[in-house]
Amino acid sequence: MGTPEPDGQGPAVAPDGGGGPAVDGGDVLRAEHISKRFGAVTALVDINLHLQRGEVLALLGDNGAGKSTLLKILCGFQPPDSGRILLNGQEVTLKSVDQARALGIDVVYQDLALIDQLTVFHNMFLKREKVRWPLLNNRAMRKLARQRLDDMGIGLKSVDAEVARLSGGQRQAIAIARAIYSDAKVLLLDEPLAAMGAKEAALILDLIRDIKRRGDVSVIVIAHNYGQVLEIADRVNLLQQGEITFDKPSAETSVQELNDIVIAEYRRALEERQRSA
Amino acid sequence: MKRQETNVSETVERAPEAAGAAPGGPAEGRSLSGAVKRAAMVFAEQREATVLVVNILLVIYFWQASPDFLTKDNIANITWIVAPIAIIAIGEVLLLVCGELDLSVGFILGFSGFLMHYLIDFYSVPAVLAVLLCLLMGVAVGFCNGFITVTLGVPAFITTLGTGFVLLGILLITSHAYPATIPNSAEGIGKWLGSSTWAEIIWTIVLVAIFQVVLSRTRWGLHTVAVGGNILGASEAGISVPKIKYGNFMITGFMGALVGLMVTFQTTSIDPSNGGYQPMFYAIAGAVIGGTALAGGSGTIIGAFLGTLMLSILQDGFNLIGISANPLPIIFGGAILVAMIANVQLARLRRAGRA
Repeated sequence: MGTPEPDGQGPAVAPDGGGGPAVDGGDVLRAEHISKRFGAVTALVDINLHLQRGEVLALLGDNGAGKSTLLKILCGFQPPDSGRILLNGQEVTLKSVDQARALGIDVVYQDLALIDQLTVFHNMFLKREKVRWPLLNNRAMRKLARQRLDDMGIGLKSVDAEVARLSGGQRQAIAIARAIYSDAKVLLLDEPLAAMGAKEAALILDLIRDIKRRGDVSVIVIAHNYGQVLEIADRVNLLQQGEITFDKPSAETSVQELNDIVIAEYRRALEERQRSA
Repeated sequence: MKRQETNVSETVERAPEAAGAAPGGPAEGRSLSGAVKRAAMVFAEQREATVLVVNILLVIYFWQASPDFLTKDNIANITWIVAPIAIIAIGEVLLLVCGELDLSVGFILGFSGFLMHYLIDFYSVPAVLAVLLCLLMGVAVGFCNGFITVTLGVPAFITTLGTGFVLLGILLITSHAYPATIPNSAEGIGKWLGSSTWAEIIWTIVLVAIFQVVLSRTRWGLHTVAVGGNILGASEAGISVPKIKYGNFMITGFMGALVGLMVTFQTTSIDPSNGGYQPMFYAIAGAVIGGTALAGGSGTIIGAFLGTLMLSILQDGFNLIGISANPLPIIFGGAILVAMIANVQLARLRRAGRA
């Protein structure tokens, strides 16, 4: 694949002499026995998840199944109660979002990341501005932003537009492009398709396909819409009540199968309700 | 790696330029409201130009009404009105843009002149050093405002209300509420700061120019806008929100102290009634008229300068043509309300353009 390793990251495949589970050479990210409780509520029971280099993994599940909690742990926003996270085979403790980002794990939240009042190119370079001291080098940033967006197939008329004027899909695309170009190796996308029309969703799905083609960035997508997800994901994990209950390559499953599983879960919940009533 | 563009921008991007004009776009039946929106957008974009035009019209009006309006003396008088509030407005714009404000700056202004007097007359500090210490006092009060607001989490309105009162109390206790005269040794540096006719306005123009560039062309300005526009997004991107807010409080404190010295030298007296709330409110009014959004995220220093200039021309002009000053507050109030309504409605229009 010819992917350069992130600096200071050590070898991609660390011989695991610690007696733990064997590390798959292709795994860029591994979460083992992750659990998390909030008071009396158990959000995650015993999560085992792995992500291969260049892979797009879809994380599906009902509201409250623990998707967001897992995402927050993987991006360094909150620590797990137990379990460990391995990045390129080496155990890491993610203390903050900043630190996780420095290690190459970047999260893109729906509609949260961008600054409405700033232009597209300023947003793309926020905190990584090109500077010709003491002034911002707007010309260089504009040119690079244009080039990067074109490169990723994000058709924007002008990089000078305030992002407030862009559609949800375009904003999401810019946020993703920013993460990609800030050297993210693992990209966590939280509901990138939520509240989007078909055209908008197509833009984001195309973008994820493009990232996949590049092969050097691995993606975990949290989503609700099975049809859309199966189009782009290599593998699907289903999260139910804090556990991953289903792990299959996309090619071996279908919207029908996923629907059946979820409907069965609803039925169970309904029966439980009726029993307790 | 390059591939065909997903060309959704034609229909999805709703830049005002494109509204009603995009080929094949959803233009039909909306051209009239589109035109109104476009006009409003142009007004929003050209906010400084709009205020500039109003200023020019006011100058023409007052010049017609009184031949004295464009005399050297009267122009100097206008510069003395505008300079203090324009310089304070620089700080207030930076704070408003990053989502804060400072009510205490007028009391920093008032205390600054007295501090210079105490340092020189009671502690025999050399004049230049005393001036620097006064400016440092302003920065220190700004730091306190930052600490209480950012680190302790008190809303800036309350923080600066409190620190303002404390400063006023210190001023009244130490001065016994009596004016003081300018120390002899400070008269030399005083020429540079305000006692020569055009000193104040030159400082004002230089500072406005510098901070306009700071706000619109440097990382500090960009991060200030980012913090005020989306505090979560800004810190997500790795910007230190406290650093930006502390810094802008300190810049505002510095401006307050500087203006305190300027006013002292220009009026050739150190008066306990200098400062207070009025310069600060005029500064904020000027900023708002010049297009600064109180909610944060947008504003320009030039706009604030033109806004404060407008208020100054009005005040001076009314005086000059001998109309009672009594209706002046109504005009000020009206100008502020019109400007603010425009700000809010245009922000709403922008959001509507996206949703």
